[in-house]
Amino acid sequence: MAPITTTHYLALSAALLLIGTIGVLTRRNIVIILMSIELILNAVNINLIAFSHYLHNVNGQIFAIFVITDAVAEAAVGLGILIALFRNKETVLADEVDLLKW
Amino acid sequence: MTDALFFYAFAVLVLGGAIFTITRRSAVHSAISLIVSLIGVAGLYLLQQAEFLFAVQIVLYVGGIMVLFLFVIMLVNLDQAAKQRQFNRQWLVALLCVAAVGAEIAYFVRKGASGFQIARPPAPVDVNAGGNTEQIADVLFHQYLLPFEIASLLLLVAVVGSVVMAKKRI
Repeated sequence: MAPITTTHYLALSAALLLIGTIGVLTRRNIVIILMSIELILNAVNINLIAFSHYLHNVNGQIFAIFVITDAVAEAAVGLGILIALFRNKETVLADEVDLLKW
Repeated sequence: MTDALFFYAFAVLVLGGAIFTITRRSAVHSAISLIVSLIGVAGLYLLQQAEFLFAVQIVLYVGGIMVLFLFVIMLVNLDQAAKQRQFNRQWLVALLCVAAVGAEIAYFVRKGASGFQIARPPAPVDVNAGGNTEQIADVLFHQYLLPFEIASLLLLVAVVGSVVMAKKRI
């Protein structure tokens, strides 16, 4: 079996990013869209850690910590918005929220 | 050798969990699959000697964010949404765009692999001499002190924002 290189991690992270993007673009349920955003952020983190390991530099891990902080803030605010939306519109489907549509 | 085995095992966990996350009808099943995927990502951190981030991933993502997700799923009535169409009308266009982006990324990784020599396995250096957590703390609190404080401010704003959003009348 070939040894694992940074390219393997890059390929895995690219695949995870694309799966997350498909989830964001095609699903209607807002909860699952938020979960897909978490997948995308995790793909970014895999990339950062792979290069941190490759360059023997701890700065990549610091950036991953900041990305995780952003993910937490985004999940908290996003779910708060979702609860407010459900209370006012009685729906969690993204394409039924069309207040701004002409 | 064992590294390769573990890598492929965790890769299957990550990608399988991700695919189940975006295809399941029930949001609870999606959340459980996402937990599997996040645990796989944590295993990849451990394989790359990022022990602190491994612990943070388990505690924060699996223990914090996913509990928040499941809590909201229980709070919001999703039975109605599970019975309806799951994918929107633009799904074909979206898949084509994602395929284009994927081809682009594959092309550039293939081109760059020779330029950056990322295709070779990294040299077996003891990167965590003195401890991974100690290294992170050293860099975080010296070099990145201002971004660290800004991140704490961001968390404060997020706390206030989510409380305001969850109020009875907005």
